[in-house]
Amino acid sequence: MILDTQIQKALDCRADFPVLSATVYDKGYVYLDNGATTQKPRAVIDMMTDFYTQRYATVHRGVYLHSAEATADCDAVRTQVARFIGAAHDDEIVFTKGTTESINLVASTYGQHLLPAGKGILITAMEHHANLVPWQMLCAQKGIPFRVCPIDDNGTLDMATFATLMTPDIGVVAVTHVSNALGTINPVKEITRLAHAQGAKVLLDGAQAVGHTSVNVHDLDCDFYCFSGHKLYGPTGIGVLYGKRALLASMPPYQFGGDMIESVSFEKTTFAKPPARFEAGTPPIVETLGLGAAITYVQSIGFDFIASYETALLDLATAALKARFPEVRIIGESPKKASVLSFVFPEIHPHDVGSILDSEGIAVRVGHHCAQPVMKRYGVPATVRATFSFYNTPEDVVRLMDGLQTVKDLIL
Amino acid sequence: MRNIENLYQEMILEHNKNPRNFKTLSPCSHSSRGVNTLCGDDYMLTVQVDNGSITDIGFTGQGCAISKSSGSLMTSTIKGKSVEDAITLKDQFLGMLIADRPADDMGRLAVFANVKRFPVRVKCATLIWRALEDALVLANGSISTEGDS
Repeated sequence: MILDTQIQKALDCRADFPVLSATVYDKGYVYLDNGATTQKPRAVIDMMTDFYTQRYATVHRGVYLHSAEATADCDAVRTQVARFIGAAHDDEIVFTKGTTESINLVASTYGQHLLPAGKGILITAMEHHANLVPWQMLCAQKGIPFRVCPIDDNGTLDMATFATLMTPDIGVVAVTHVSNALGTINPVKEITRLAHAQGAKVLLDGAQAVGHTSVNVHDLDCDFYCFSGHKLYGPTGIGVLYGKRALLASMPPYQFGGDMIESVSFEKTTFAKPPARFEAGTPPIVETLGLGAAITYVQSIGFDFIASYETALLDLATAALKARFPEVRIIGESPKKASVLSFVFPEIHPHDVGSILDSEGIAVRVGHHCAQPVMKRYGVPATVRATFSFYNTPEDVVRLMDGLQTVKDLIL
Repeated sequence: MRNIENLYQEMILEHNKNPRNFKTLSPCSHSSRGVNTLCGDDYMLTVQVDNGSITDIGFTGQGCAISKSSGSLMTSTIKGKSVEDAITLKDQFLGMLIADRPADDMGRLAVFANVKRFPVRVKCATLIWRALEDALVLANGSISTEGDS
């Protein structure tokens, strides 16, 4: 049930996103690929444009006004991110290019150098390739166990099997908070508790979670938490690695260069403390400020509204899809699910669905969603995926359903 | 105009619904598997060549309407042709979609010329032709057209 007041709030939010007012093929734009990347509100665009046009400068080393201000502003975003995810300390926030780099950073540093001898990695069958391949490569290289916790037919993690796989010879558990292909919200607090009981560290892939639900790393007690700015209504090229303070302090550098050193001579180089140790080179300054503006914007909408409204939209779309197209198979029907609707028609390939919906001004994702093992698990080559944001409306759901009818009329 | 009906033309839709030569030759003299991992398109092409001529040809598998109709029209067009003519036709077809070759002399295969206006779908139309090229010439056993556009 969606209230009129909720729809009004969604329409107000929608008006904050310039691209959503534009037309595609002379039709109103229905953007349902939020799982891949979210659109940007004017607040983010203005923040970045104003910085470029009025006060662009580098950070850390400038003695002049604009550089000192840029440094202070970027530091403030680090504080903002720490508060946003409930981290105790600013220096537990490392800025990266995105979730993928955050995970690779942990695999290359903690995984490569600090993983206790012989201990392996446990992931799940619903991981995005970004939280699968780095660990698979690490395990192959070190010759250590690589385990995958299975998922059931509706896309829920098999926690009974997880408990049996979570043995003392596992050093890192790497799990997605929310599945990008299925929408499943994993019991990450329970997973963390079970892993810690066996002495393992826990990395959570929060790429699909941070834009949809409030995250508190202190409450979850995870060791690492990774997410991207561009799925949180911010720019591309900026992401976050949260790591517990003592862990980050124990880890060797990921890349070498400027900004990450303490002192350099030809005889010896010493490295800066975290987070600088993991941020070699000039950082994505403008993107950092954009991320800050995005977090401010999202918090002004509020996760109470975002979570409840997106769930209501998902329920509406799921019910409409089942009612109008009973032949459709929904991939991922876990009871605890984020606003991801992944499905297949028995006789129509997802790419045909995607191309025809596009011609109707409706953007969805078709393909394997960087989760080929998930596709294999459900015996489909690809799916159509619609992902909903707080700026989508029931009208968008109607347009999607009408678009799918157009697909059927054309292809079948 | 870039209209969706330009992509899904009547002949393409009809061949998608009723693909010709949708079968596997066993035994066969030549074969190749065409796979586009990103799309999930996956076809097996089997060819029988006798005395330099394609005497029979079949394809099976799954994929979108563009790739399946392309398989149907490719197989029905080259069946009975010499290997040499089939290769020439393959070059002309790829030239039409990947380069700027005109479609005037392509007969009913010209129905795919409009796919060029939908760049992300070019690889769907070329998949079965690349598999043919592999089966008859390259003999790698499998191919992908993810770079075609």
